[in-house]
Amino acid sequence: MPTSLIQPEFRVEIDYNKCHKCGRCVQQCGWGVYSFNERPYPDDSKCRACHRCVTYCPAHCITIKKNDLALRDNANWSPELRKNVWRQAESGGVMLTGMGNDKPYLKIFDHLVLDACQVTNPSIDPLREPMELRTYLGRKPDSVEVEANGEGGYRLKPGSGVENNVKLDTPLIFAPMSYGSVSLNVHKSLAMAAERLGILMNTGEGGLHADLYPYGNNVIVQVASGRFGVSPEYLNRGAAIEIKIGQGAKPGIGGHLPGEKINKEVSTTRMIPQGTDAISPAPHHDIYSIEDLRQLIYSLKEASGYKPVGVKIAAVHNVGAIASGVVRAGADYVYLDGFTGGTGAAPAIIRDHVGIPIEIAIAVVDQRLREEGIRNQASIIAAGSIRSSADMAKAIALGADVVAIGSATLMALGCHLCQGCHTGCCSWGLTTQKPELTRRLDPEWGAERLTNLVHAWSHELQEILGALGVNAVESLRGSRERLRAVGLDKQTCDILGVKPAGL
Amino acid sequence: MPTSRPAALSGEFSFGERPRYAEEASFKIHGGCGLMGICDESGTLMSGIEAIKAMAVQRDRGNGLGGGYAGYGIYPEFPDHYCFHMMYHDAKAKEETEGVFDRYFVVDLAEPMPTRPVKGISDAPILWRYFLQPDPHKLENSEMTADDYIVHTVMLINSSVDGAFVASSGKNMGAFKGVGFPEEIGHYYLLEEYQGYTWTGHNRFPTNTPGWWGGAHPFTLLDWSIVHNGEISSYGINSRYLEAFGYKCTLGTDTEVAAYLFDLLLRRHKLPLDLACKALASPLWTEIDRMPAEEQAVMRSIRAVYGPAMLNGPFAIVLGFNGGMVALNDRIKLRPLVAARQGSRLMVASEESAIREVLEAPDSVWAPKAGEPVIARVKDMPWPIHGDLHLSAGEVSCAVTGVADSCEIVEVS
Repeated sequence: MPTSLIQPEFRVEIDYNKCHKCGRCVQQCGWGVYSFNERPYPDDSKCRACHRCVTYCPAHCITIKKNDLALRDNANWSPELRKNVWRQAESGGVMLTGMGNDKPYLKIFDHLVLDACQVTNPSIDPLREPMELRTYLGRKPDSVEVEANGEGGYRLKPGSGVENNVKLDTPLIFAPMSYGSVSLNVHKSLAMAAERLGILMNTGEGGLHADLYPYGNNVIVQVASGRFGVSPEYLNRGAAIEIKIGQGAKPGIGGHLPGEKINKEVSTTRMIPQGTDAISPAPHHDIYSIEDLRQLIYSLKEASGYKPVGVKIAAVHNVGAIASGVVRAGADYVYLDGFTGGTGAAPAIIRDHVGIPIEIAIAVVDQRLREEGIRNQASIIAAGSIRSSADMAKAIALGADVVAIGSATLMALGCHLCQGCHTGCCSWGLTTQKPELTRRLDPEWGAERLTNLVHAWSHELQEILGALGVNAVESLRGSRERLRAVGLDKQTCDILGVKPAGL
Repeated sequence: MPTSRPAALSGEFSFGERPRYAEEASFKIHGGCGLMGICDESGTLMSGIEAIKAMAVQRDRGNGLGGGYAGYGIYPEFPDHYCFHMMYHDAKAKEETEGVFDRYFVVDLAEPMPTRPVKGISDAPILWRYFLQPDPHKLENSEMTADDYIVHTVMLINSSVDGAFVASSGKNMGAFKGVGFPEEIGHYYLLEEYQGYTWTGHNRFPTNTPGWWGGAHPFTLLDWSIVHNGEISSYGINSRYLEAFGYKCTLGTDTEVAAYLFDLLLRRHKLPLDLACKALASPLWTEIDRMPAEEQAVMRSIRAVYGPAMLNGPFAIVLGFNGGMVALNDRIKLRPLVAARQGSRLMVASEESAIREVLEAPDSVWAPKAGEPVIARVKDMPWPIHGDLHLSAGEVSCAVTGVADSCEIVEVS
């Protein structure tokens, strides 16, 4: 009997007429595709189409094609479903995967279009006029109270301002990706870029490496169920603290970092033994109720001198009520993670089938908080496959204060969405701890590319604002009037609070 | 009191099967608007004719689909009464609204608005005014302030009584508006018979909303009245922000949000007038960053907290209130606004010609900077305006007088 019924997904073709036989492909591939005997020989079954070899081949002689091996058509049993049955019949296990949901669900962002100015509300040219993106993250009072300062001006009454908010120069932050799931050089790139951009990176649940302490003012430190790396110093290093309850790619699922990825540095940062699996449980064992969450929020505030404390939750049904409870428990921001969000590792079945779209979550949470008169009390961060500045603008128009990007940042650093993050073999040196791979990312190079990406998106957001005739991002935030739906059903339009195009 | 309503519009007149506002809803024209505001800071009264003159000069800034005025100090006989100027599309709407008044208020005078037939003005709704005070028991049970009680009533009527619209609801002030050129509307409402210390006026060029009687400017709430030239591009978030504070933006116009935002910031949040203006037309962050530390902390918080209230897009607005007026341009001055002073009179308008039509020899004329409020305060009426700080009857003369021949046709040139 054959060992496997599954045929390779890709075909690696080498034009040997062009090949220099330099062996660089062998060197570059993290998946062990190539062997070398006078010339490179690919093993197709190991290829994940990460394109590292293609990018670095000096002769440009490598082509990777989809393996179009014919399977009898069946609208019910897609080739993928058939392969999954074969895989599970072979392994008997839960299928793990990395990155985000790749199923062809309706992407609501792609069914929303933005407004533009015409005659009476003229557009504003962002190349000539100021176009303001600055955003303050955190709890705000309902009203500002001032008193006369005796010199003809005013001063704030104590506690009535936004002193403990975090300033963001653009309404975008880097999504949580833990040290361990990604390499230290990825974290360094993110931290350096965040500092240059005046925004924040997020440690994820892996702690903050000591090398990144100087970047603390641009870091959100996360407290997850595994409490990895959490110490008073860690809490005080960050600009804000985030309690992770859930993650969009795997709502209701904990984290699992395999022992192979726990090297000495990761072990020190996470405060766990080297080489052991790091399992963060699905629930926080400190939090079994909203009262527990409140206690943890205020414990963290006490421990950190009342820095903003946010709560990250996955987008699930009834998320409006959940967010309301979170805000009432004292959260300074709610981080909403939609079900197309990325992950280092998740059961594929969970990633692809559990949770709800981020667009819906933003809309219902923003609406619910407004109906309860507590929208001012917390910022909303939206994440979960924000793919472009258009997604960012639409998320903000639906009600988000800030968006977070994870997959896009990894792509800026070279990721080709091969979805093998959980294997630790990332050829681009991103989601791996193998020193021969991690050294491939130069943090300076990475920071520059991330800075470029966010600059580009920010400029594009400014262009969008200009087209809308507003010159500050707060005038777009929650302004659903500036969105129209194309091809969405009435009920979805109602939930989104968006009119169909033409009205 | 004059009862000058054309016979066809009195009593049981009804539009029958005709859809409401259908007369203007079928077309949409882009353009601009004209506005004016004049305040005599000494409290000296002026006839409404001054406002009409200023608007007539700016006729080309409208298209005949909306004109209106607000006058302050015009009802000295009723200084402590809220005056509701009402528009009804039929008798049923009037009956329902009066049911609301009877239930929640003590109405001391209810009468038709004094009007005269004017060529060019037609299809007017039924126009009535009511001088009333909250029923003391109901007010006490409501646990609201009298002003909140009024706001609640305005929202209730505008959102739930079909065909009824509150044109104004303040003390010792009133809004007079309708579909027509502003000089026609002024004559229609006999504005020359009213005396006020502040007047605002508006000439409308309807753009995104149909030109219907209720949609003409000023938009009001309590004694706040707004005339507006421009288009508030941030309307969507402004209205959603207001909804969280109980306001209902039912009129589908961006000017409505400006009136409600001033009410929220000034009356409920008690912001000083100049800071409220800074919240609505915020300085740029680069300016805030250069401010001295104390001022910077104030402005940073104002901007961060009131971001959803910030009015964005092109606008010039004049806010009238008991005790003064403030004119405000958008953040980058996309709409015209000129100001002038002559003695105790401060005047603003979309065009300098309007100012020179009223003020013969202004001491100074200037173009206010983007986001820089021009504030006029009537002497002896200190902030806060709300409460019982109205001019007493002894300080102003009788404002409303009867008209002998109410059926005279006035030609407006």
